[in-house]
Amino acid sequence: MITAAVQQRENYLNSSYGLKSWLLTKDHKRIALLYFATITLFFFIGGIFATLIRIELVTPESDLVSAETYNKLFTMHGVIMVFFFLVPSIPATLGNFFLPIMIGARDLAFPKINLLSWYLLIIGGALAFFAMFAGGVDTGWTFYTPYSTSYSNTWVIATALGIFVAGFSSILTGLNFIVTVHRMRAPGMTFFRMPLFVWANYATALIQVLGTPVLAVTLVLVFCERLLHIGIFDPALGGDPVLFQHLFWFYSHPAVYIMVLPGMGVISELVSTFSRKPVYGYGMIAASSLSIAVIGFLVWGHHLFVSTQSVYAGMVFSFLSYFVAIPSAIKVFNWTATLYKGSISFETPMLYAFGFIGLFTIGGLTGLFLASLGLDVHVTDTYFVIAHFHYVMVGGTIMAYMGGLHYWWPKMTGRMYPDGWAKLSAGITFLGFNLTFFPQFILGYLGMPRRYAAYPPEFQVLHVLSSAGASVLAVGYLIPAIYFAWSLKYGPIAGANPWGATGLEWKTSSPPPTHNFDEIPIVTHEAYDYTTVEAEVA
Amino acid sequence: MHSEEQTLALREQFDTAAQQRDASTLGMWIFLITEVMFFGGMFLAYSIYRGKYPDVFAVASSSLNVYIGAANTVVLLCSSFTMVMAVRASQLGKRSGIIFWLILTLILGMTFLGVKAFEWNEKFEMHHVPGMAGFHLDGVGTSQGPASIFFSLYFAMTGLHAMHMVVGVGILTMLIFQAKAGKFSAEYWTPVDISGLYWHFVDIVWIFLFPLLYLIDRHLK
Repeated sequence: MITAAVQQRENYLNSSYGLKSWLLTKDHKRIALLYFATITLFFFIGGIFATLIRIELVTPESDLVSAETYNKLFTMHGVIMVFFFLVPSIPATLGNFFLPIMIGARDLAFPKINLLSWYLLIIGGALAFFAMFAGGVDTGWTFYTPYSTSYSNTWVIATALGIFVAGFSSILTGLNFIVTVHRMRAPGMTFFRMPLFVWANYATALIQVLGTPVLAVTLVLVFCERLLHIGIFDPALGGDPVLFQHLFWFYSHPAVYIMVLPGMGVISELVSTFSRKPVYGYGMIAASSLSIAVIGFLVWGHHLFVSTQSVYAGMVFSFLSYFVAIPSAIKVFNWTATLYKGSISFETPMLYAFGFIGLFTIGGLTGLFLASLGLDVHVTDTYFVIAHFHYVMVGGTIMAYMGGLHYWWPKMTGRMYPDGWAKLSAGITFLGFNLTFFPQFILGYLGMPRRYAAYPPEFQVLHVLSSAGASVLAVGYLIPAIYFAWSLKYGPIAGANPWGATGLEWKTSSPPPTHNFDEIPIVTHEAYDYTTVEAEVA
Repeated sequence: MHSEEQTLALREQFDTAAQQRDASTLGMWIFLITEVMFFGGMFLAYSIYRGKYPDVFAVASSSLNVYIGAANTVVLLCSSFTMVMAVRASQLGKRSGIIFWLILTLILGMTFLGVKAFEWNEKFEMHHVPGMAGFHLDGVGTSQGPASIFFSLYFAMTGLHAMHMVVGVGILTMLIFQAKAGKFSAEYWTPVDISGLYWHFVDIVWIFLFPLLYLIDRHLK
């Protein structure tokens, strides 16, 4: 039967065996899986730190861990999650796997550099782990000077070096994507026929390439300052610690878009496939990805509203930060317009997509609160900020990542996941997420500052709600980890196109052959043209 | 299996040699953009502190040896010329020409690094190394802090530049061996070409560093 034929077909997974065939592979699909395994590990380690944080915050006193240990916990949670999970998450796994296939290429332009970028992430991660086990770091993931350079007695340099090295991994992935999109498209695959996931990753790659080097040089200056006390960030010698904040956020604000843009790309694919309609306003969504990438570089000052920045600079940065809302809103409106009169099916990936749209909207709108000067002074460094960026990063990016994983899992592995469990855990994730982070908006608005192990007793109810939500959320992440592993061996065999989706990745077999296509396709249609799929099915 | 042929021939992800060459060239240009951003952070720090402490920076700048700096600039500019000649020779498929011009480029690059080492050594002797005990710059009174910042930036920027030169020297050496092994031909010269781009970039960085670090006091006088 068909299933037997699919099983025996040579593909990228069974073309060669052994550890060496994986560790020295140049196949973008295998490298994507290496990344997937790595960042899954990082995600759960970062999750352990989050768990400890939430347990500590169940009671108002700092009783589970000392304040010093608590500082290390939130720092390492942030460092691992931001630099070792969220930044590589979607681009390095789903992007790595599907970007070349979606534009009809046999591989990325530079397969060896792709492999190198994975090794760089491993080396960076090893350095960060070393710092963790040697005693941790307590500066916060932002490494603000002069604390990080003059006062902290923890493993600042090892951690920052890990981030420095992982940064080059990110740069090389971005470089590879840009060249691949420009030079490797199949015949007929014009820029405006590319799926929006490719556009999103392309825009992300631009930020990776332009922003990450600035973080790298900033960390170099931190190393010099910490090792030699040369004065660049030390006010005692005439240096300016706020310069660090400018340099840091020049990368780290755009890095927010590195983390969320690929997620938006995933959502465009999901919404179209499960509404069986072309994405409404394709051009506007593509353009909005690029404009988010560009405007994202001009808003870093909104992190410095209370850091001695002049009020006029603050006004400009405030205005520009509002401006980012426009392309973000274009996306949300266009996704909902795509749903309108669509033939919607509530498959698991679509549930995650709905979750993303709702939660990202809340995350984005509360971003506007923070962009307004007066209100920001009130909620700076409170749980309001924590809630806001977790709505964007966890409610946005991780929802999209989970949705994308479910959507493309049959293509990557040739197996379906168990549908009932998947829908259940999508629901659990959504509930657990809101229970965890919605109380934090209220906490922050009431004045609960971030980064404290102890707090006044009147905040306890909200903190307990949040911790309870976190345990629900953890279940929502653990169930998929189990059933994804289960499905590798026992999942039902998936056909080439289980969703009836458009896009070149569904035109090749599941899992794809080593060179993606038996014959390079010639593209004759726009993206999301469902008439062609119907013709195939019929 | 046949690694030698594989590197020479078209790699499997490409359809044509032109596509492969275009991809490599574009990749190098994008890499150079990341380098601009990388150095950019330091140039920004320099601009801010120069704006904040113009007088100290002028005094500190004039303690540098402008003649040696200028000589080194000439050396680097010549090396860019010899690099271009190497690229030209590779495009024409002249193996001995490639080797000759690359060796000349290598010698000029090493000369630059030698002179740089001499200059740095001088800083140690004059107690102009920030972070070391006894740091002192004459002529700025109590503003030793900003003077330390100037020399930090001097070492960071020239040091980063020198590190890129060292990488460049490594690349040149590799290219010379590859050229000797007959790897390049009129059909395949991409590595020489994109290494040339890199070399010119490092050269241009110095073209900015030299006036910023050595010449800034001139207009203040």
